[in-house]
Amino acid sequence: MAVPALRRGGGAGSRPRRPGGTTSSLGRWLRGGGPIRAVGLAGAVVPGLVLIGLLVELIIKAIPAIGYSGLHFLTSSTWNFGSQYGTPVTTNGLVHAPGEEFGALPQILGTLATSAIALIIAVPVSLGAALLIAELPRRLAGIVGGFLELLAGVPSVLIGLWGALTLGPIVAAHVSPLIADTLGRVPGLTGFFGQSTGNGQGLFTSGLVLAVMVIPIIASTSRDLIRGVPVLTQEGAVALGMSDLECVRKVTLPWIASGILGAVVLGLGRALGETIAVAMVCGVALSSLPTNLYGAMITIAANIIQNLETAITDPLDISAFAELALALMVITLLTNVVATLLVRRVSGTALPVGRGL
Amino acid sequence: MSETTSGRAPTADVGEWPAVRAGRKIANLGYRIACWIALALVVGPALWLVGGVLANAVPHWQWSVITTNTAGETGGLKQAILGTLLITLGVLIIGGTISILTGLYLAEFATGRLRTVLRSGYEVLSGIPSVVLGLVGYLVLVSVTGLDWKYGLLPAVLVLSVIIIPYITKATETSLLQVPAAYREGAEALGIPPTWALRKIVFKAAVPGIVTGLLIATAISVGETAPLLYTAGWSDFTPTLQLTGQPIAFLTYPVFAFYNLPDAGAKILSYDAGLLLLVFVLLFIIAGRVIVVRSRRHAE
Repeated sequence: MAVPALRRGGGAGSRPRRPGGTTSSLGRWLRGGGPIRAVGLAGAVVPGLVLIGLLVELIIKAIPAIGYSGLHFLTSSTWNFGSQYGTPVTTNGLVHAPGEEFGALPQILGTLATSAIALIIAVPVSLGAALLIAELPRRLAGIVGGFLELLAGVPSVLIGLWGALTLGPIVAAHVSPLIADTLGRVPGLTGFFGQSTGNGQGLFTSGLVLAVMVIPIIASTSRDLIRGVPVLTQEGAVALGMSDLECVRKVTLPWIASGILGAVVLGLGRALGETIAVAMVCGVALSSLPTNLYGAMITIAANIIQNLETAITDPLDISAFAELALALMVITLLTNVVATLLVRRVSGTALPVGRGL
Repeated sequence: MSETTSGRAPTADVGEWPAVRAGRKIANLGYRIACWIALALVVGPALWLVGGVLANAVPHWQWSVITTNTAGETGGLKQAILGTLLITLGVLIIGGTISILTGLYLAEFATGRLRTVLRSGYEVLSGIPSVVLGLVGYLVLVSVTGLDWKYGLLPAVLVLSVIIIPYITKATETSLLQVPAAYREGAEALGIPPTWALRKIVFKAAVPGIVTGLLIATAISVGETAPLLYTAGWSDFTPTLQLTGQPIAFLTYPVFAFYNLPDAGAKILSYDAGLLLLVFVLLFIIAGRVIVVRSRRHAE
């Protein structure tokens, strides 16, 4: 009987038949793994097809809004769903509710600003913690790892709940006034850090909540990377009389730099797309830019989830949401491409961050 | 900060070590303290978050929460728990099948450019925010201008399936690729047909990894909110197996929708749902650890 080789990625059944082997080509196809191959291929094309369908749908749906707003979408700060009870008007052959205006600048900036705040907080915290975890005795490191897993696994809606009801009020009562009293008094920084400290719903709290969600990603990846640094190199550094700090700065961090960068970009992608938690703590300010660190704002994702219901009846409103989704996708895909390029070099397993365990 | 000490040539006087400069000691101490603070900032929020939910949910906890349906803004969460379980089951069946097939094909059969293209398909998919997938799901499946299925079980399952595909696929592909080559070679040397070897030997060795992937998918299905708001809808009634046209409740909805309502009962219900979600997460983490430990023991 013919025994075709089964190689990884190799053509099963590609080996020449032995004399006196199987007869029909159908039999050979069946025995050579043909059916499972066919079914596997049928499954494997699904993700790609879904992706293409998704893009096509979004682009088609977004075209009316793109034509309606033009560059206004990127430069204006006014977002108006229009008066749904007013007499419909026609612009460029498009019937829609009067007064509609789609300036997404606050949302785009809000998306970028919250993610930036999140990274500024999360990167040093995660790195510091990871450096320590890598040194802890195994059992203790396991317990801390459990906390990281827990934090990564908690549904984002719970982090939003905590942010809105527990963290937000504390930020408003203690943290924000403290920052305003210190950084806010430094000349030149008064505009951004000083002035009214808000009610705990806004840019700063959103950034904090996102930081909590990004930390497990960066910390656990960094920990694994640090553990992968060759012991001999570190021992060499110690033998040369380096202190812990010097060893970390001269040996450990340079060794894992590109991997850390990949982890950071991965976390950034997560922060940019986070929806529900931000929707609960952002303060929902659609048409204005926050005046300082504590002001109410909104992100693209939060707007989609908070306001889609208002838009459901008007096709142009829906179209504007498709355009928003497209904008968000462009932003996240760009970061993700960078992440893939960086992380592929370091490899490692896929991190099921935030969305699950 | 002094950094040059390490490069200094050894002194002739062997009996006496050069004194460590105070600046280096202080810098190192500062680094140590900063690390511990960082660790506290990582562990602290996790404890605070869990503690907060427990402190708000446990004192008001009544077992009737899991035996009665929601009535308006109060009552129980039975229909939401059942809805989440039903959606998750559907996701595991549809999304799980597609993902395992994709992972299998990529690891065992695909070659060259086809492999690169197929793989980048699911990798790009993994980077798309779930809210975008939810929006497209709404536009294509639920909305009148799409398939007009209305809110229901099937739209929710399909959207979540797309969200979890990258995770299970990655897990399947990686664990199949990690099966030792000796297993395949041994099977071939024994004259076992390749499909048989795949089914009985290679696949078996990859099972722990695949199960971990399925576990992650389950956790995601249970914990997602944004993509479900406009595909599943919300309902006060016990879910049925009707696929479309009938909204279905899910467990994350009350947390998001009830937390800031004026009614005290609504807030309690919000925290109750949070508590149930936390219990789910803990179960998944424990299950994941058990699988890792058992498969490691198996390998030895």
